[in-house]
Amino acid sequence: MNAVLTLIALATIAAAAAAMAGRNLLRCVLLLAVSWAGVAGFFLWAGAEFVAFAQLLIYLGAISMAVLFAVLLTGRSREDLVADRVPPRRALYAVLAAAAVGAVLLAAVAATPLAAGPTSVPAVGVRELGLLLMGPHCAALLIVGVLLTVALIGAVVLAAGERTEKPDPEP
Amino acid sequence: MCLAFSSVLFAVGLAGALARSNSILVLLGLELMLNAANLNFIAFWRFGPSHSPATGVVFVIFSIAVAAAEASVGLALIIAVYRHQRNIRLAEATRLRG
Repeated sequence: MNAVLTLIALATIAAAAAAMAGRNLLRCVLLLAVSWAGVAGFFLWAGAEFVAFAQLLIYLGAISMAVLFAVLLTGRSREDLVADRVPPRRALYAVLAAAAVGAVLLAAVAATPLAAGPTSVPAVGVRELGLLLMGPHCAALLIVGVLLTVALIGAVVLAAGERTEKPDPEP
Repeated sequence: MCLAFSSVLFAVGLAGALARSNSILVLLGLELMLNAANLNFIAFWRFGPSHSPATGVVFVIFSIAVAAAEASVGLALIIAVYRHQRNIRLAEATRLRG
């Protein structure tokens, strides 16, 4: 059981690190898709099937496609698909800062006595999830729906930009 | 183990978001960090003493929805910035007025 988790973790982190270090933008996005698939694999391993499939659909299906479209829309030539070289100084500082944050987090995790919970997977079927979302979490679901609608309308307005003035047709 | 995994993933995302100058890659680093947080929710739901059987799963569903909204608005902003200055380098996006 732990070997599977180790494999998933190594694949996910390796893909994410390669994506964050790579220079070809398309390759970066595809590597990140692998990393998101690894996270979905972790959800599946942990017994949260619904979340795993939601992750697959939303991240691999929607977000990676949207990011690929953004990459292709903002690149005028083949050279634009290759990101600028990161200055070594900035890369060093960024890696140092991230390593410090990671070390603090790892030390906190290692030092915290975590209460051992139930060893069996808590069973959550789609039916129970639907009842929960429609019952006790109904207000939150509605708010998230409104948030998504507003965000998508805002994204359309932002991306559409100002319309070029069309001459009015003569009456 | 799961928490260490998510910590390392968070650190990788943070390094990417800090180091890269391409705004799409910065946005992707943010997405990685959000994913690491989702990993934590599921890990605590699975191995922690839980009160309700589905709390973590519901939390992650809402978190993914907010992440999707954030990604769409971020990409729209990137396209708007590109229209103004014809490239998406963050260091050159110093003006908000077009």
